[in-house]
Amino acid sequence: MATSAQTTVIRPKKTLSLQDFKEIWSHRELLYFFTWRDFKVRYKQTFIGVAWALFQPIMSMVVFSLFFGKLAGVPSDGVPYPIFVYVGLLFWQFFSDALNDTSNSLISNQSIVTKVYFPRLILPISTVATKLVDFGIAAVILIGLMFYYHFVPSLEGLFLLPLLLIITFASALGGGLFLASINVRYRDVRYILPYFIQLLLFVTPVIYSASIAGKYSWVLAFNPMSGVIQSARAAFLHTAPINWLLITISLVASIMILVVGTIVFKKTERFFADII
Amino acid sequence: MKNETVISIKNIGKKYNITHQQGGYVALRDVLTNILKSPFAFLKQKTKEVAGIAKKEEFWALRDINFEVKKGEVIGIIGRNGAGKSTLLKILSQITPPTEGEIKINGRVGSLLEVGTGFHPELSGRENIFLNGAILGMTKKEIASKFDEIVAFSGIEKFLDTPVKRYSSGMHVRLAFSVAAHMDPDILIIDEVLAVGDAEFQKKCLGKMDEITKKEGRTIIFVSHNMEAIKKLCSRCIVLNKGEKVFESDTEKALIAYSNIQNDGKLITNKGIFNKNRRGSGALSFTNIEILDTNNKDRNIFNVGETVKFKMSYEIYDDMQGLYVFISLNSSKTKELLTSVKHEIKKGDVKKNESGSVVIEVELNSICPGEYTLYFWLGDDDATGQSGPINYDVVDGMIGPLIVKPADEKGEATAGYFTLKSKIEILK
Repeated sequence: MATSAQTTVIRPKKTLSLQDFKEIWSHRELLYFFTWRDFKVRYKQTFIGVAWALFQPIMSMVVFSLFFGKLAGVPSDGVPYPIFVYVGLLFWQFFSDALNDTSNSLISNQSIVTKVYFPRLILPISTVATKLVDFGIAAVILIGLMFYYHFVPSLEGLFLLPLLLIITFASALGGGLFLASINVRYRDVRYILPYFIQLLLFVTPVIYSASIAGKYSWVLAFNPMSGVIQSARAAFLHTAPINWLLITISLVASIMILVVGTIVFKKTERFFADII
Repeated sequence: MKNETVISIKNIGKKYNITHQQGGYVALRDVLTNILKSPFAFLKQKTKEVAGIAKKEEFWALRDINFEVKKGEVIGIIGRNGAGKSTLLKILSQITPPTEGEIKINGRVGSLLEVGTGFHPELSGRENIFLNGAILGMTKKEIASKFDEIVAFSGIEKFLDTPVKRYSSGMHVRLAFSVAAHMDPDILIIDEVLAVGDAEFQKKCLGKMDEITKKEGRTIIFVSHNMEAIKKLCSRCIVLNKGEKVFESDTEKALIAYSNIQNDGKLITNKGIFNKNRRGSGALSFTNIEILDTNNKDRNIFNVGETVKFKMSYEIYDDMQGLYVFISLNSSKTKELLTSVKHEIKKGDVKKNESGSVVIEVELNSICPGEYTLYFWLGDDDATGQSGPINYDVVDGMIGPLIVKPADEKGEATAGYFTLKSKIEILK
């Protein structure tokens, strides 16, 4: 028996199983190639290239610092407003870009989805991964700002960073999977989404501090991004002691979002090629 | 080893709800407004759906498909547009799941439903080779080791670092096929990809596919409208029609079955059309020609010794003198006329707007087994005399062919065109 290693059985019904994760693992190179493609294409024909990934958060920082920091005088937990808002924007941009692009990931790869088989989960995952690269580039500015304002992250805070990224990754992916499934069927979702994401910005303490919610600030914890941004500020800017309970709640919430998103995605996955 | 079954397809069916397919895309906005506008109608519909009594328009793109593929076989799937070929390939490549049934596949599957799937116009040829290869299921290592071969086969060495969007469509296709040709799965599923590219490149592709199967013992499932390619590559064919398997046999017979489906054995009136196979003056016309057996059943495969009936209907559009019908059996290979029959339908005046049907019975007694192209002619007196106005209609090679099989009698002709009664006596 030369090549009988693999036996595929094609049956009508398919539910989420361990097999799916094995499959994704065996397609990890494709995951890499999709991420590489998205990244490469985005920076191929733009004049300023990679600098583009820096432009967006910096511009946002400047505008927010001017209007919210200077003119409106939004409190920033006692640290300079630019670096305060930049930490928030860094994570928020990662989350919102990933959420938005993930929910469009199936539609924008329609021609591949209808012609080749691969675990469909690869597309959304690679999309979030692309945004993670952007995050890495934009994080360079944060390092610069920290030098400028003389902030040294706590050791604990450095250990926290991967965890915060995991929470952001999971929330964006989970939400994106859910929205991508709906988007395949109802094409107007993609037009509502940017507006919806903008609203989310205001219920997440990006441009303001969570402390302004006073005794109700715990409500914000159920928004995983709220926990992530608060914790990031605590870790890098020492605005408050690191709140492990908050992080745990955020982590649990993000995992729940991811599980629900994955289940919805897997349930509708088999019809993608038929209705897309 | 050679007879190992690699694909077994059991009772595969695929159903589409037509309602879901209508009108481009469904907007969430419309769904929501519909619910708000008439919540009760929506509830009623939903309850009906849950109870399973809602009337849905269903469409079976495929039904009860069963067949097996052995290792190293090249199987062709042929059928008209909408026969379900592409749906079958999509199920086999796991792009869409079947509604019922089961398929077992042994070995690594590579499917090529389109060349250049996932090619990105902004990326260079080199980058696209890697991307496309990965999408087709190759590992980075595999692609790297075959990279030079792929480039050489495609013949685009010079433009390797040019973005694909600046390629001509021919270069695009060549590069795409080269990548696909170098993936090496155990089972390759190919849809109509050879319809692209110039003749020379098509030949190269066919050669490559031939090489893949002959030398390396790969199994291929191949869909095409290109009958030449099917003939050249496939040893066995499956004919699909309206979602069902109607025929399965070696390629030669399957192609005949396919050509029968195409014509349906029925003719449409086409007055005065001077095309290659339908020549006529327009003054009269065959309206239908059927090949029947003595039980009046549609069929075109007969045994030596059986009687075939040609049922022909006609219409007359102009006054003329006399009416004759002529049928000839031609060699399907050389097209040369082998034998013919001619009969008079009517003497004297034939009036405008007349119509009728005739049946000609032919005993296939002294014919050699084989495949015969049929030629039908209908015309008037003058036409046969080659003088004056010629009124005639010709149906050439559009029906049939007529296939005559051996009756398994001793001494039957195995070569030539007619058979002689003979017997043998063994002396000592």
